[in-house]
Amino acid sequence: MNKLKALPKPVKLAFWVLLAILAYALPILEPPIISTPGVDFGGVLFVVTMYCLIALGLNIVVGYAGLLDLGYVGFYAVGAYTAAILTSFHANWPLLLSLPFAVAATTIAGLILGAPTLRVRGDYLAIVTLGFGEIIRLVAVNTEWLGDRRGISNIARPPSVMTGEDGGVVVGEAEPGLKGIFEIPHLYWGDGTVLVDTEDTTQFLVFGVLDQIPYYWLGLTVVLLVLLADYLIKNSRVGRAWEATREDEDAAELMGVPTFKFKLLAFATGAFIGGLAGALFASRQSFINPDSFLLLFSILFLAAVVVGGQGNRWGVLVGAFLVAYLPQRFRDFDDFRVLVFGAALVALAILRPEGLFPPRRTVRAKQMEHELEVLETGHDDGEEAARV
Amino acid sequence: MSDATTPILEVQNLTLKFGGLTALDDVSFGIKEGEILGLIGPNGAGKTTCFNAVTGVYRPTSGDIRFQGRSLTGVKRYRITQLGIARTFQNIRLFPSMTALENVLVGADAQHKTGMFSALFRLPRHRAEERDGHERAMELLRFMGIHKRADELAANLSYGDQRRLEIARAMATGPKLICLDEPAAGFNPQEKVQLMELIRKVRDRGFTVLLIEHDMRLVMGVTDRIVVLEFGRLIAEGTPAEIRDNPAVIAAYLGVDEEDAS
Repeated sequence: MNKLKALPKPVKLAFWVLLAILAYALPILEPPIISTPGVDFGGVLFVVTMYCLIALGLNIVVGYAGLLDLGYVGFYAVGAYTAAILTSFHANWPLLLSLPFAVAATTIAGLILGAPTLRVRGDYLAIVTLGFGEIIRLVAVNTEWLGDRRGISNIARPPSVMTGEDGGVVVGEAEPGLKGIFEIPHLYWGDGTVLVDTEDTTQFLVFGVLDQIPYYWLGLTVVLLVLLADYLIKNSRVGRAWEATREDEDAAELMGVPTFKFKLLAFATGAFIGGLAGALFASRQSFINPDSFLLLFSILFLAAVVVGGQGNRWGVLVGAFLVAYLPQRFRDFDDFRVLVFGAALVALAILRPEGLFPPRRTVRAKQMEHELEVLETGHDDGEEAARV
Repeated sequence: MSDATTPILEVQNLTLKFGGLTALDDVSFGIKEGEILGLIGPNGAGKTTCFNAVTGVYRPTSGDIRFQGRSLTGVKRYRITQLGIARTFQNIRLFPSMTALENVLVGADAQHKTGMFSALFRLPRHRAEERDGHERAMELLRFMGIHKRADELAANLSYGDQRRLEIARAMATGPKLICLDEPAAGFNPQEKVQLMELIRKVRDRGFTVLLIEHDMRLVMGVTDRIVVLEFGRLIAEGTPAEIRDNPAVIAAYLGVDEEDAS
């Protein structure tokens, strides 16, 4: 990472652009080892982007502002249900119109939950948010207006861009007869040879039932936008206020930071992103029911943030990737995959308690600590050094 | 410096009770603009409590605190800071995993207004405030002599530098009154002399200073006036020379012989 930082700006920019293009092309390339046998690779990647989005949102709450939120799935559910109600259950709106309402509803939910509960700290906040997540689910289970246990189906898909029968461009619901404005063939990896498989193609920007790759592209685009926003906000007064609040709330308050306001802002921002992810997820699934929003998901989301390294946006993206991708990749192990996953988490907690990629600061602080230790004790503790 | 006789901060009949304990009992004093006021007293006399009342951490049981003629009762803590009272802490309370520069920037942000929207779209306000904040922060770090360590994590600074960083952070909030809570705690004699110089320089930049300190030599050497507390009551007030010869103060600090006590 340090070497990368030393490169001149255009080279760095080119590197990131290349990385982004690679990310977009991933489901087309279907590289062996990485791609998931037995499960639709595009679909897995879409879920990965949703986890990335959620991890970024939760990272603002947990990593930046230091508010432990165990009920993040509640916001995810509010976003999903709002989109579902508006596009299918009680109205017939197009998805794009329902999205702003979904995120607005989630943000308001965040404010309503945050205003009374952000006065409590630490463990208490964790318990209250845990309750919130369950309450949202139970409300959905018991409310007929929300489709109770049966859930809601036929949630609208994003508008597809297609070539009409007259050759012009049509924007709207995907229809069986219409094709995308162009199609992209996938690669086929045979024994030692790579072929372009013209039979297996993806219609560009047709959000259909079978091919999930366009959803992945949409999800990835949203992730990149949120990533940019995250960067801009973090490097500003808002980001500093969050961090100061996390570090020492009383001292921050006495240094002129309206901590309550900023905590609420962090909560609302996190909720906004969670709601966006929820709405996109609902659209892709086309069907949701209360079982899509179990407490388990809150824990998995938090695991993604903690595994990656809370406070570091790149770390949490890696964490989200691992949490969403590994269980799908190793589906062959069937029931054992959860066990393996759990064992991996425990191993991680022992070997890298700050997560795989802790924020640079933690790394630097640890290095400094280590240097001091060497100076004090006069010998280098090999294992400690390897860990840093 | 408009009117040197009106106090910038007035503490009026301040009483603070914690349950049955009276931490401050009917304390009144004022600080004039541009002066260095020392607040001294034996341990447990109520000095830090007095500080906490001024900065809004504790609400007075009765009495009032007026800053520039405005009552601070019921004003939120961050608002008091924005109005122009900054403080340091007896036990250092920096933001340990932020850099020295960022610590000072948080202070500078007290006078800033950039919100989510301006930050997200990098509006002119954000740019102007970032530039202003960085300039002010670097200037203050230079003033404190720790600018070379600007990118160091606060937790990794030496003890003395952490104390200096706390003062820089307090100054960055753009205060008129700056309250230093035992800034020399843990310093050796030489560092104390440097600190004395520094406090004078802080005052010369136009800040009014309220100083809690145990070290008599430092207090006598740097303050214009001294207020002495004992068991929550104000027992003396005056110039360092007056305080030095005040029998009540000597008794409070040195104790009284049983025979003389009557």
